[in-house]
Amino acid sequence: MVKLTINGRQIEAKEKTTVLEVTKELGINIPTLCHDDRLSKETSCRLCVVEVNGGEKLLTSCNLEVAEGMAIETHSDKVIEARKHNLSLLWGPHPNECVVCEKSGECKLEEYNYEYDIDVEPIFDAHKRNQPKNESNHFFEIDPRKCILCGKCIRMCDEQMQVGALGYVNRGNETFVTFANEDFDEANCVSCGNCVSVCPTGALMPKSKSKYRNWNTTRTKTTCPYCGVGCQMELVVTNGEVVRVEPVVDAVNNGLLCVKGKFAFNFINHPNRLKTPLIKRNGVFEEATWDEAYSLIKDKVDLIKKDYPNSFAGLSSARCTNEENYLFQKMMRAVFGTNNVDHCARLCHASTVAGLGSTLGSGAMTNSISEVLDHDVIFIAGSNTTSTHPVIGSFMKQAQARGAKVIVAEPREIELAENADVFIQIQPGSNVALFKGMMHYIYKNDLQDEEFIRLRTEGFEEFIKSIEDFTTEEAAQICGCKKEDIEKAAEIYAKGKRAGIYYSMGVTQHSQGTNGVKSVANLAMLCGHVGKESSGINPLRGQNNVQGACDLGALPNNFTGYQKVFDDLARAKFESAWGVKLDSQVGLTVPKIIDGMVNDEIKFLYIMGENPMISDPDINHVKHGLESVDFLVVQDIFLTETAEFADVVLPASSYAEKTGTFTNTERKIQLVNKVIEPTGNSKPDWIILKELMTELGYPQAYSSPSDIMDEIASLTPIYGGVNYDRVSKSGLQWPCFDESHPGTKYLHKDKFSRGKGLFTPVEYISPMEVADDEYPITLTTGRTLYHYHTATMTNKTEGINKIVPENFFEISKETAKKYNLINGAKTYVSSRRGTTIAVVKVVDTIKDDVIFMPFHFANGANVLTNTALDQFCDIPELKVCAVKFDDKL
Amino acid sequence: MIKLAIREEQIKELKNKIKTHKEKPGPLMPSLHDAQKLIGCIPYEIQKMISKELNIPVAKINGVVTFYAQFSLEPKGENIIGVCLGTACYVKGAQAILDKIGSELKIKSNETTDDGKFTLEATRCIGACGLAPVMTVNEEVYGNLNVSKSVEALNKHKEGAIND
Repeated sequence: MVKLTINGRQIEAKEKTTVLEVTKELGINIPTLCHDDRLSKETSCRLCVVEVNGGEKLLTSCNLEVAEGMAIETHSDKVIEARKHNLSLLWGPHPNECVVCEKSGECKLEEYNYEYDIDVEPIFDAHKRNQPKNESNHFFEIDPRKCILCGKCIRMCDEQMQVGALGYVNRGNETFVTFANEDFDEANCVSCGNCVSVCPTGALMPKSKSKYRNWNTTRTKTTCPYCGVGCQMELVVTNGEVVRVEPVVDAVNNGLLCVKGKFAFNFINHPNRLKTPLIKRNGVFEEATWDEAYSLIKDKVDLIKKDYPNSFAGLSSARCTNEENYLFQKMMRAVFGTNNVDHCARLCHASTVAGLGSTLGSGAMTNSISEVLDHDVIFIAGSNTTSTHPVIGSFMKQAQARGAKVIVAEPREIELAENADVFIQIQPGSNVALFKGMMHYIYKNDLQDEEFIRLRTEGFEEFIKSIEDFTTEEAAQICGCKKEDIEKAAEIYAKGKRAGIYYSMGVTQHSQGTNGVKSVANLAMLCGHVGKESSGINPLRGQNNVQGACDLGALPNNFTGYQKVFDDLARAKFESAWGVKLDSQVGLTVPKIIDGMVNDEIKFLYIMGENPMISDPDINHVKHGLESVDFLVVQDIFLTETAEFADVVLPASSYAEKTGTFTNTERKIQLVNKVIEPTGNSKPDWIILKELMTELGYPQAYSSPSDIMDEIASLTPIYGGVNYDRVSKSGLQWPCFDESHPGTKYLHKDKFSRGKGLFTPVEYISPMEVADDEYPITLTTGRTLYHYHTATMTNKTEGINKIVPENFFEISKETAKKYNLINGAKTYVSSRRGTTIAVVKVVDTIKDDVIFMPFHFANGANVLTNTALDQFCDIPELKVCAVKFDDKL
Repeated sequence: MIKLAIREEQIKELKNKIKTHKEKPGPLMPSLHDAQKLIGCIPYEIQKMISKELNIPVAKINGVVTFYAQFSLEPKGENIIGVCLGTACYVKGAQAILDKIGSELKIKSNETTDDGKFTLEATRCIGACGLAPVMTVNEEVYGNLNVSKSVEALNKHKEGAIND
């Protein structure tokens, strides 16, 4: 600690802290325009100057470290005079048009000019910046006239995003900020808008359709509804309309957002939102009251229950809150008497829940998102992180910039592969071979962690036999890569001190998905890279609340917190809490429910917030199922492709219109706050479920989602200490066993959840459908940065649709040439299950004879995909199937 | 504007040079100098290539290229005429020289003749104030000029250009 005086006050401060930091803590307001705690110090605005020891020269407090005996004056006459002078210099070139500027009210220059009484008529006859606006980006624009050249946007783009799309051009008076080559696309801008969020003036502004004044808005903190990162943000609202989104700095996302979180909010107030219940009569939807809809459902339930009591099923939603998922599975189990409840985790991380559950005892990310920054090795397998979890992707790039080594194993040369230390372009579906090859090399070269294996694991002897003869040559042949690359990857990973594996659908969505996950667990345990800070196994969960939907028992084998329906003790606990007898039989999974509808075994299906008509494999099969089922209830915020098949559609409120919690991919339970009133007659899902359960003769009396969370905590050990008071502060990471438990940053410290980590021998088996003479091309699927899943929410934003307007596929130059496909033209793509049409996009990032198609579009990729299932967990093989091209049908 | 045709060998040579610069700290400036020398300018395509080779964001490279007057985004003529507009030259009538040369070549400053032979630039002080007003053609310096002397100097290079 050092002693110093600030404005005559004696204080103590930690060494190495800056004067600006110390004054901030003391509540002294020093103006800054170019400073941001997260960014390097540019010291260019000169507003934070202070007087030091009465010296002649004023020093910038943002980079001035405290020292013993220092005497600081932050607001002396001399300092004020200097700030005025500097503000006048900045104001000189700036247009005097605050009265019509959208930034007014939140502009820092305006604020300080007011605070320091600057002359509106600039005292300096400065050169005006007259460059035209750059409007190339679809979401925001750059107005160089209003730019004060603080460089925050550039440093944000360089240092935090690691993109580097923005820069200064020219010199002296002519300097301005723009994209490389003045075009956002040329500059590889990812439209995250974090530059806009840090701009202190009106130079970088969202292209807003609404006209509003900042002083007429309110801001409410909530959790982003898109991916599993769980970014914290504030919705800016005026007159019941969400007009802007701003990131929260003191949160998991460290003040970063991606294009979806920042700009794709138009769906909330979109005119196509469902506003009233709909009942289908003679094939046509008619508006109905809630009472009519509820009583129709009740009649149908009673009717079907009488003859076919075991024919009910429900699909819950990873888009809805924890409380709503809890109520949904409670309704399915307690009211309909069935365990036939599942949700789309079946299609994404069922293999993780199965594979990590059996080997480690818990199917979740072992590390926290903030730990990404401290890895020294990052191994990314089957995850296009910068597109699917953009903020985590940025953290990975930051870690790399700090010196972490990066290994990427992917069928496509993704953004993270460009600067990776090793990039292995694997054949889709060859993950198990890759992991086995790496483990073989590690074992043969004695790079394993003997002590970890001895103390923390079991099954090693049996396991090692399965990799002993599996050479890197054999692995390389299956993966279609060089064996040296596998060896180099193995070497780097094994020798890491804080190595993290990040994987996603590329590992899980295979008929061998569970084996892929088990191989990941084997590899991490072999090297002792799990159960430590910044060292672990990290399945990146796709949806905002897919972790929560699994945690809360929207699974056919689990009650909340992974308590088994066939465990008599667990079942007795739920029976006594819910006051009903519960089924001990494991229910049907999503693919089996769809089969069940086709086979007429399922007669009643309730879908809350899912869109299987786009998301599930083999759409023709799904369609057949939805057409066959006797009665279909769909509860959603839009009339989705799936809702079109419904007998009753219940309009739900969006995340902005309700309160609840989401659990993000790092197991953190975070608050979702009501920001605006429900659209039309829509209701929050929890209210609909509560009312419907009451209607069906099982009265529920929750007065708020907080009550539901209290019930969850009482029944779920890993959520035992969770309540709204605690969560509202900064979230809580499970396991959190009781109210004094602080939550858990990383899993398996000292001991695995299952006791000892289990090594499992795994054989490599090729995908169920591989390319052949008739279908010579391998199709792999996934997401893009811009759209989210079935695009129901993202396709309501114009800019997004401009960038990714329609179905397309990526193909190599050679393969396109071989099949006479022209970049930009449309072609038919067929598999054994169906045909879709898509635009050809020739890229140099994909292997020959492999194509990539996103699954966002109706009648798109999932018309083609295969329903072959993983034997352990029923996850379909969405990542690999065989296709061919046709010019015409 | 004259059309720029970059040859494969030029790119290859530049890449080789960048490779050696990469071994030392601060490889960007020497790489840009080489690009300017080899190709005659540093268009966006070349900036992108350098960005990839050096792993520096292209926006940053663009910033450096547009900062320094020595670098140009567009190709320059075979002969570069610089008329000094520094203080000493200016008071001794350099503006009239610049205008005259411009009208002779039918271009304004910072432009290149259609045949790609000449680029005209107004330069800052080149440090030859004792000889003001001063004009340079490529590496050659002409001092103590007046309008007619400057045209003579220009014609000399025009002939040279024709003889080439």
